[in-house]
Amino acid sequence: MALLEVKDIHTYYGNIHALKGVSFEVDTGEIIALIGSNGAGKTTTLRTISGLMEPREGAVYYDGDDISNTRADLLVSRGISMVPEGRGVFAKLTVEENLDMGAYVRRDGDIKEDFKSAYSLFPRLEERKKQFAGTLSGGEQQMLAIARALMSKPRLLLLDEPSMGLAPVLVDGVFDTVQRIANEGVTILLVEQNAHMALQIADRGYVLQSGEVAISDTASNLQQNETVQKTYLGID
Amino acid sequence: MDLIWTQTSRRVLVYGLLAGAFILFIGAVGMIAAFHEREVVDRFISLGQLMLMLAPFVTAYYVAGQVAERDQDRPLALVSGVLIGLLTTVPTVILLLFNSDQYRFLLDLTLRLTPFVAATITAWRMHRAGAEAQTALGAWLAIVLLVGIVTFSFALIFEIKGNLRSVLVNINREWVAVVTFDNRGDLMRGLGALALVSTVSGFAGSILYLLPAVPRRALIYGLGVTALIGAFGETARLILQENVDRDTLREIFRRDTLRQNAALALFIISTAAGFLWARYGGQARARFGSLESAQRRAINIIGLVLFVVIMLMLPWLIGRTLSDVAVTIGIFVLMGLGLNIAIGLAGLLDLGYLTNYAVGAYILAVLTSIGPLGLFKGTFTFWMVIPLALLAAMFAGFVFAVPVLRMRGDYLAIATLGFGEIIGKLAISDWLKPLIGGAQGVQAIPKPIFFGTELKNPEQLYYIVLVASLVTLFVSIRLNNSRTGRQWMAIREDEDVATAMGIDTARAKLLAFTLSAATGGVAGAIFAAKVGTVFPNSFTVFISINVLSLIIVGGIASNPGIVVGAIVLIGMPELLREFSEFRFLLYGALLILMMIKRPQGLIPSKIVTHETRSGVKPKLATAE
Repeated sequence: MALLEVKDIHTYYGNIHALKGVSFEVDTGEIIALIGSNGAGKTTTLRTISGLMEPREGAVYYDGDDISNTRADLLVSRGISMVPEGRGVFAKLTVEENLDMGAYVRRDGDIKEDFKSAYSLFPRLEERKKQFAGTLSGGEQQMLAIARALMSKPRLLLLDEPSMGLAPVLVDGVFDTVQRIANEGVTILLVEQNAHMALQIADRGYVLQSGEVAISDTASNLQQNETVQKTYLGID
Repeated sequence: MDLIWTQTSRRVLVYGLLAGAFILFIGAVGMIAAFHEREVVDRFISLGQLMLMLAPFVTAYYVAGQVAERDQDRPLALVSGVLIGLLTTVPTVILLLFNSDQYRFLLDLTLRLTPFVAATITAWRMHRAGAEAQTALGAWLAIVLLVGIVTFSFALIFEIKGNLRSVLVNINREWVAVVTFDNRGDLMRGLGALALVSTVSGFAGSILYLLPAVPRRALIYGLGVTALIGAFGETARLILQENVDRDTLREIFRRDTLRQNAALALFIISTAAGFLWARYGGQARARFGSLESAQRRAINIIGLVLFVVIMLMLPWLIGRTLSDVAVTIGIFVLMGLGLNIAIGLAGLLDLGYLTNYAVGAYILAVLTSIGPLGLFKGTFTFWMVIPLALLAAMFAGFVFAVPVLRMRGDYLAIATLGFGEIIGKLAISDWLKPLIGGAQGVQAIPKPIFFGTELKNPEQLYYIVLVASLVTLFVSIRLNNSRTGRQWMAIREDEDVATAMGIDTARAKLLAFTLSAATGGVAGAIFAAKVGTVFPNSFTVFISINVLSLIIVGGIASNPGIVVGAIVLIGMPELLREFSEFRFLLYGALLILMMIKRPQGLIPSKIVTHETRSGVKPKLATAE
């Protein structure tokens, strides 16, 4: 059974029909890439899954339960963690406090280990743990946002445009990290405009176009797909 | 060199005339004459005269600093100080001339010539810029007509009314007497005196800047302390009279004014103290920093104990009148600490805080009053009702929070402002009149009784406020460092991301509004018991604005800042009662000045300091 199943969801911004029946599945342990151009509905899909928006029709199933109308904050304790677009670190809290906020829903109290593993994943953050998050560079903020999302010990990690606004050198690093997180057993749903990088680490991918799934296939097939090459990979 | 001269001279000109316009403005609104009533040093200088001197002094200090730093030219800085002193008098001198019978023809002349001069200059510049002769002529005619209509109307008004006084009511004999330093009879001598005082002030300001750092700081400290104590002479005397015998008091003060010798002594002592601090203060701090942490903690604890002891003894030290002011300050400290939970911690801009204050006051009034509107005629005591007032205010905070939960930033502010107005109108309404008395309010509220003693004096009520404030302070410090505080901080930063962390933002915001309301209720109840009557007039939007302003002026999310803010914004106006007509003018000026020069507040919190230093603009609420 799929860990996450999105079934024919329709989401609106007021009267604007943003998602027109999006369906896809994410199995445990997979890395899934949602690619598409600006305004295709990628972020809206993530916001609908994470509970920040509600679908008007259709449903989202997580672990077999319908979570379409479940509040976002409750989903965090059920194991869905999101790295929002534009990173969204708390600029006026220190790195350490940011990570602490990530563990907000944890009730088991033993978060020392998680701090350790966050710092081993991103040694850079340990060097700067007393620094205000707002003073970090873009790449470091992205690391922090990901590390913070991991602090809640998620089963499903939703990543919204992790490469946005980063220098190409840093982008490689971010995707390496995503791969390493997946190797540790976290299922990943990745939304990216940078289709090239996303498809390199993903198992399967879905191409969104004006609020609908246009193509779905394995990542390697998508990389060979002529339309995808033309439209999203810039290969003629 | 030429460039420096033009830049510098322009700066001097602009700042000098600005200071002059400022002087003229405060004169025209009547402040100078009103402040002249209060003497700073007996038979030497009044507060009004001090203001006349302070404007060129401060401006010259500032401009001399710019000239000395940018142009590296110290003599030039002195010259600019003198020029600023002179320029400051220009607007006042012009008005004085216009105002005098002898030189009134100057006003007529100016009014008549202005349109022609303005038109000619403009036309000439257009011509020089290459405009056709016809166009320039057309412009000339148009300007003469347009400006002429304005000046002609003015001329007509003065013709009819005979003088400037009818238009500018505060440009009167008193004003003339102050600005001419009591030379009203001989205008030329008056102008000379004004120019001399102003020039000397400007010169002194620029000299002060050029002094080495240690004597400069010492002098600023000495002058500041002397002027402040002189200006608040009445307050100083009230404090001293509790602790000093009558003869000594008479040596220091003549009525409420500092005597000249006393002022001189005060100046010398405070300058010496300032000198010692400027010279050795850094060393002392460095030594304190190098102490071991145990010793440092010991010193801190001694300081804290000393502070608590002073707070406990305060009513004895300051006497009845000032205790009354202290109680009022305390009531606002309570509200400030409460509102800070919503605004400072959770970033919710609540402009309806008066709701909680009103609820607390009316609950206490109705439940304890022994008058006709009292429900229980004295069965309930103050102490029983205080918790009820707290709970009622929390309930009100909760109820009003529910509909605005989804609103953010500016929208939230407007909605809460509306709720506050509704409460004000309800209090005065006929509908609730049988319960809370409408415009007549509730009367005959008994004073609290503490183990048989009726706490009827401000000195006694002070302790209730003190205990309530300390408890609130403790709670808000604990909250700030708790999981709940973190939750609010996250919401203040970014509501969506906070949700993504698993925070139930709706619940957290409700909690913030509810807790924030609690101290408002207590403050209202104490206020009602202190005054003994509750009128709807006491609950205007200015309560909310006052509380918000004291938080902003003191420093958002900073507990010591809130106390200082309350002293400055609530205490000072109480001590300057006689100038209450200028209260909001000064208030507004202070807020604008603070926002420009020190947006982080007088005693900023750690986080806000970081924000302003890193160039991020501090924000009041999470505006989208």
